[in-house]
Amino acid sequence: MIYLQLLVSFMKIGLFSFGGGYAMIPLIQKEIESHGWLSASEFVDIIAIAEMTPGPIAVNSATFVGYRAAGILGGLVATTGVAIPSLVLILIVSKFFFKFQHYPANKMMFYGIRPVIVGLIFTAAVFVAQTAFFKQEAGYSNILSNPLSVIDIKSIFIFGLSLIGLVKFKINPILIIILSGILGLILKIL
Amino acid sequence: MKSQLKLLIEIFITFFKIGSFTFGGGYAMIPLIEKEVVENKKWVTPEEVVDVFAVAQSMPGAIAINSSTFIGYKISGKKGAIVATLGVILPSFLIITLIAIFFSKFQNAPAVEAVFSGIRPAIVGLISFAAVKVSKTSIVDRTGLILALLSIFLVVIFDVQPIFIILGSAAIGLAIYHLSPKSTSKILSNGGNKN
Repeated sequence: MIYLQLLVSFMKIGLFSFGGGYAMIPLIQKEIESHGWLSASEFVDIIAIAEMTPGPIAVNSATFVGYRAAGILGGLVATTGVAIPSLVLILIVSKFFFKFQHYPANKMMFYGIRPVIVGLIFTAAVFVAQTAFFKQEAGYSNILSNPLSVIDIKSIFIFGLSLIGLVKFKINPILIIILSGILGLILKIL
Repeated sequence: MKSQLKLLIEIFITFFKIGSFTFGGGYAMIPLIEKEVVENKKWVTPEEVVDVFAVAQSMPGAIAINSSTFIGYKISGKKGAIVATLGVILPSFLIITLIAIFFSKFQNAPAVEAVFSGIRPAIVGLISFAAVKVSKTSIVDRTGLILALLSIFLVVIFDVQPIFIILGSAAIGLAIYHLSPKSTSKILSNGGNKN
């Protein structure tokens, strides 16, 4: 019964991956291989597609694998499977969280955690910047001797514009994403 | 009863919007949550968003799903949690299903690559701006600044898993609570006590 297999596999993936979507990729790969749901090259495609489409990488890849393995219903089952562990665990945790929110010990714990989350958000920006600002095919070897061959000027330009739009004009992030996509297309045509 | 239904629909639409425009993993959601959930709807405070992501990152599963479930629960209990989760998942499910059916070589289309080459740098701007915004309520003293810089250093240079960094920082907070009642009361009467 393929639907049950998909459900169980993706519940396992949802339950045992710590650290978000990218941490799930090796687990997804293992499940796909052991069931023979996709070929290796199809799996590489999934990661590319999951990155280029909106939404959680976990959901994107679950939907895609499920669809390839067993059609639309397969996609639905796999997506449900990957979400169920989160839903159940977070429901249990949030009940306690809001109950103990105002305890001094709990407040002190979050006094320590909050700055670190700011750091983690910054690192997320750093990791996206690595793929956004540097030409992948050029490599990093001549970054000092000839920086323009490695750094993507267009990207820096769009990055600057997005900051100006956010800070100075307080443009909604959704509009920024739409405009920057259009700008990327225009710069390509020019 | 009718007003709760209205609230649930509002939650669904808000998270559907967030799911439709989150490119690049869980933390890329923060700018959108800041705007839609904190600023526009005022459903949660800026501090709570940070706490939610701390818990979301420390639990198994996708950060985007975990944080949506959590915020949905805060807004309207179990039903709110389920509706927010459905909202954030549905756009992905629909888009991926369409791509899987119709464009098997979607990621190789030049137009898609061009649009994405514009979106990626803007995401860097969005996420860093969100980090600066969040830092204003989350980093309240020098200890906080040191912890933030240390965490960036450990993740970027030494590739340390975020879960260990969160557990470590929680331990530091608790250690201050147990070892130094004086600094604890100072922290709790200042920034640590914002909610």
